[in-house]
This record gives sequence, structure tokens and C-alpha cells, in this order.
Amino acid sequence: MTGTIPLQYFLVISTLMFFIGIYGFLTRKNLITMLMSIELILNSVNINFVAFNRYLYPQNLQGHFFTLIIIAIAAAEAAVAIAIIINIYRNVRSIDVDKVDEMKF
Amino acid sequence: MNSDVMFYLLAGMILMFSVLTVTSRKILRAAVYLLFVLISTAAIYFMLEYTFLAAVQLTVYAGGIVVLIIFSVLLTSHISEKAVMAGMKQSLLSALAVGAGALLTLITIMRFAFVPSAAPAQTSRVTDVGNALISYGRDGFALPFEVISILLLAALIGAIIVARKEKDSVIVRKENEIK
Repeated sequence: MTGTIPLQYFLVISTLMFFIGIYGFLTRKNLITMLMSIELILNSVNINFVAFNRYLYPQNLQGHFFTLIIIAIAAAEAAVAIAIIINIYRNVRSIDVDKVDEMKF
Repeated sequence: MNSDVMFYLLAGMILMFSVLTVTSRKILRAAVYLLFVLISTAAIYFMLEYTFLAAVQLTVYAGGIVVLIIFSVLLTSHISEKAVMAGMKQSLLSALAVGAGALLTLITIMRFAFVPSAAPAQTSRVTDVGNALISYGRDGFALPFEVISILLLAALIGAIIVARKEKDSVIVRKENEIK
């Protein structure tokens, strides 16, 4: 049960988590840690969907299903991203964004 | 009362481990902190009584994605390697932009009057979830389910093709030169 927790508290957590993820995405230099920041961002959006679903429209399950679909998309995205990262590592011997500049104009 | 304490505990854990995920110098530790964030999120889904969703979060996110990330960390960097962090100026500007965005969003959230619905909650047992996923009626999600299936298949094939070892990659060429 959610007890006496208002909806806003869930939104505050997800907002802070979202912006922490963006901070990580902006400051990290390693491709894998940037991927982890993206996972944080996706996860915060999921909390938003679920909290809105439970508090504002408990008679439907739309937020629930959107969260399920976002989790599936996150898994697919992580798999493809890690395949690309491993391929980059094989060719450049590094996964630092500063060193991967072969296609830079 | 108990659930309140539980919520604050989970909120603190989520925020603390999120910050540690993006600031930790050791990549493997950052991955483990991410695991804690994802498990705490699953606990929040349990609190909101979406048990199936929480189970999916635990198996797919905490069980699948984090293991994938840890494997790729081990494949691409030395275990004691320290991550290169951004310069002082870049961190400061990023923190400023992020702080401004967070402040704006928080003010908007706090000023908006949400009206919680008193409608009886729709149950979300596995039977309900399964029925909704294959029904194409008003509350059905057959189309997104099919689309996500095709996306997963495409991602699977794409990941295999991209990560496959090619015969004329740089490493193979270098190895041949050494021989």
C-alpha cells in the first residue's frame, strides 16, 4: 500500500533521478557509463508512468503496459549499444568518446 | 506509517545510488550501484501493487541488462581502470544546467494540483496482463505487443551482426602482419 504518500513525492524522485542521469550523460567520457546514465533516465520515466497510473487512473492499466514496453525497448537498446561498443573497442582499442573520432568531419 | 518509512528509505537509496552511479570512478562499481537503483525501483513497483511489473523489472533490468553491462565492462576495460572524468569547467556547466532544469521541473510539479482518483483499482494479476496483451479491444495492447516482438527480433539479429568478428578487422590484420 502507498499509505499517505502523495503523488508529488514519486514525481520528485523521478525528476531528480532523470536529471542525475542527464548529468552523468554530459560528464562521462566512457561509452558504457554513458549507457548506464541512459538506463537511469529510462528508469525514472518508468516510475513516472507507474505512479500516474496508480494515483490518477487506477481503473486502467495504460501506464503499466507502457512501462512494460519501455523495459523491453531498454533491453533491446542495451543489447544493440553493447554490440556497437564492443565493435568500436575491437577497431579503435578504446571506448573513450574523445578517442573515437574517426568519422568526425 | 510503515509504508511511509519504507518509501523514504527507498527514495533515499535511489537518490544516493543514482549519484554514485554517475560519479564513481570505477566502472564496475558504477554498474553495481546501478543494480541497486534498479532493485529499489522494483521495490517501489511492489509498493504501488504492480507485482508483475516489479517481477519484470527484477528479471529483465536487474537480471539481464546489468549482467550485460558488467560483461561488456569486463570485455573492454581493465578491472582496476579508473574512468576519465570531465574537466572542472564541463562538470560545473553541466551541474548548472541540470540544477536549473531540475529546479524548474520541481517547482512545476509542486504547484500543479493533482487530483487523485478514487475509482476502484483495476487488478494487475498475470491473468489480466496476459489477457490485455492479446486482446485488440478497447483496453487491449495487441498492436504494441506485436511491434515490440518485431523490435526484439530485429535488435537480436542486429546485435549478432554488429558484434560478429569480421575477417578483415584491424586486429586480425595486425595479427597477420606480426606473423
